[in-house]
Amino acid sequence: METLIHGEFWTLKELFVLPNEYIVWSIQIVMYPFMTGLVAGAFVLSSLYHVFGVKQLKDIARFALVFSFSLLFAAPIPLLLHLQQPFRALNVILTPHFTSAIAAFSVVFFTYAAIVAGELWFLYRKHLIETYQMYKGKEKKSLWDSLMVILFGALTLGAMDLSEKALHKDEKAIKFLAALGIPVAAFLHGYVGFIFGSVKANALWMTPLMPVIFIVSAIVSGVALCVLTYIITLEIRKFLAAGKAKRAEAHVKIPQIDSADLSVIQLSVRYLVIFLVFAISLELLDLIFRGYTAVKSWDILRSVIYKNDFVPVFVLQYGIGDALPLLLFLLPGFSMRRALIGTICVLFGVFMMRWNVVIGGQAFSLTFAGFMHYQLPIIPHDIETLKEGLMGIIGVFIAPFCFFWVVNKIFPVFVKKAAVAGGS
Amino acid sequence: MTRRDFLKNSALGVGGATAAMLGLQIVNPKELFAAVAEEKGKTRWAFLVDTYKCVGCGMCVKACKTENEIPWEANASRTWVERYVITKDGKRYADSPKAARDGFTNSKIDLGEGHEVEVKAEDIDKAFFVPKLCNQCEDPACVQACPVGATYQVPDGVVLIDRKWCIGCGYCIMACPYGVRFFNPVTHTAEKCTFCYHRISQGLMPACVDACAFGARKIGNLKDPEDPVTKIIKTERVGVLKSDFGTKPQVFYIGLDEEVK
Repeated sequence: METLIHGEFWTLKELFVLPNEYIVWSIQIVMYPFMTGLVAGAFVLSSLYHVFGVKQLKDIARFALVFSFSLLFAAPIPLLLHLQQPFRALNVILTPHFTSAIAAFSVVFFTYAAIVAGELWFLYRKHLIETYQMYKGKEKKSLWDSLMVILFGALTLGAMDLSEKALHKDEKAIKFLAALGIPVAAFLHGYVGFIFGSVKANALWMTPLMPVIFIVSAIVSGVALCVLTYIITLEIRKFLAAGKAKRAEAHVKIPQIDSADLSVIQLSVRYLVIFLVFAISLELLDLIFRGYTAVKSWDILRSVIYKNDFVPVFVLQYGIGDALPLLLFLLPGFSMRRALIGTICVLFGVFMMRWNVVIGGQAFSLTFAGFMHYQLPIIPHDIETLKEGLMGIIGVFIAPFCFFWVVNKIFPVFVKKAAVAGGS
Repeated sequence: MTRRDFLKNSALGVGGATAAMLGLQIVNPKELFAAVAEEKGKTRWAFLVDTYKCVGCGMCVKACKTENEIPWEANASRTWVERYVITKDGKRYADSPKAARDGFTNSKIDLGEGHEVEVKAEDIDKAFFVPKLCNQCEDPACVQACPVGATYQVPDGVVLIDRKWCIGCGYCIMACPYGVRFFNPVTHTAEKCTFCYHRISQGLMPACVDACAFGARKIGNLKDPEDPVTKIIKTERVGVLKSDFGTKPQVFYIGLDEEVK
């Protein structure tokens, strides 16, 4: 297979396409902005409570922060799966070539990661110390206990002060980091938009609106995923607790776990709607502007958007992804089930938006006289179609939930209220 | 460990690491070239394509593939030839099957996805061939886009790729307005025409120039006023491709048509 050019397997060429043109940026580059968008959006949701003091969002804010941290680990995976030379990925850090938008990735990413990790640390400092002391205080330590002592001891960073004054300082730090994190999160994702928007060779991508569109849709997707996961996680916990209660003997009392509070969900969804309206407006503005100015590239863009990609653009992205959730959220009689369906639609819509940008941007040739059609590899037959096929994206989709499961063991989202800063 | 010890050890560690790092130096390609270039600033390679002379035989593509070890069967090439056909009823066709490696030997035009169309000679208003290759732009979008500096411009204007440093992100492929770049299926790194830099820097002609029996392809040094190619570029009417991208391409065409994409 050494003669197959990267991208040739999933690219179908129609009419006049240059010999070297293929859909080089495939599904993992769709996943990359989608995942970073979720990271940024989840963080913004958590900041609504910490910075703007939206009190009702306290529980979901903590959840969103932990989830954002888990998503953070998953965000670079699509990039690594996409690289032709993944083992050289560190070259970006060793010799960053700063005229390239991609070169800034490590700087932006690690700055943001440091802020999220810092905020998380302050938020859970009390919990970390208490857990550390609990394990340390055990008379007979198993190997696991000893490991936990080392882990939590290291995580406390030696700061064992739990005085009222220290905890107050923690809260101040959280507020500061959360506020600092908003522009950085926006930058993280705006810059992903810049990666696309600055490609002057691509008629669909090149617009200064691109970073803004990406930021707003990122917030939309992040909030939607948090709301969705929050509802589902609570339902699972409720279900498990109910099962436990059934099995338990009558005299053992199992604490009852409630579903997510509808008012919290409704408030989160309200913020979601605001950003969704922004996102739709910007995307439509871009489309209208292109049609109105109708420069040279418009002929081919029009045939891509209105003809070849009509279903992914207008049915899947604008219809199912934008219009349907707006109806579900805004019509009277809001319910948990509607929140659930609506957020799934929103997530799907944002994914389709990424798809239509990345794949749609390569759906036409540089000649403006030919088309390229993308066929997602379903069943992998080599490493390329495994990484950049359906299996690859399923892996990337699952990864943050696995990370969340691990991170949640250290920074438990559902702790007793007194155990975290600002909880009492 | 006391606080004092901790600070002392940290200072030692940081100091030691810094001292060790000072021994390393990041090499700036520009400085390196300035130091080794014998004839500083005396060369600026440029290419001249006379489309009137091209017959679409594909010998240039064959020579290029062989010279630069691009797999024969691979559907990509550092250089290629396009055929344009405009019919009397205003239909516009263009193709470059297999990058024109085997030449244009019949009148069937490739429409992609296995479709072809036969155009009769009497229906044609005009038809011509256009060879394409890397434009070795003065302001290359690909160099700007490379996140690791693996693609760079040498002082005589040619843009090269370091196959040992390229991470294979494909950003340069996306950034090139001319579609000259692709992933080499063997090295899995970005690949493109270099004007046969290994040959021209040794006083030889690029493989495609040598292979062209009709003189449609020529290379010259823009900084040498006596160079015959430079003379043509300076004194005759030549055009470049897609000048609106601001990359300042350095492949000049005689007989460029509005139809050429």
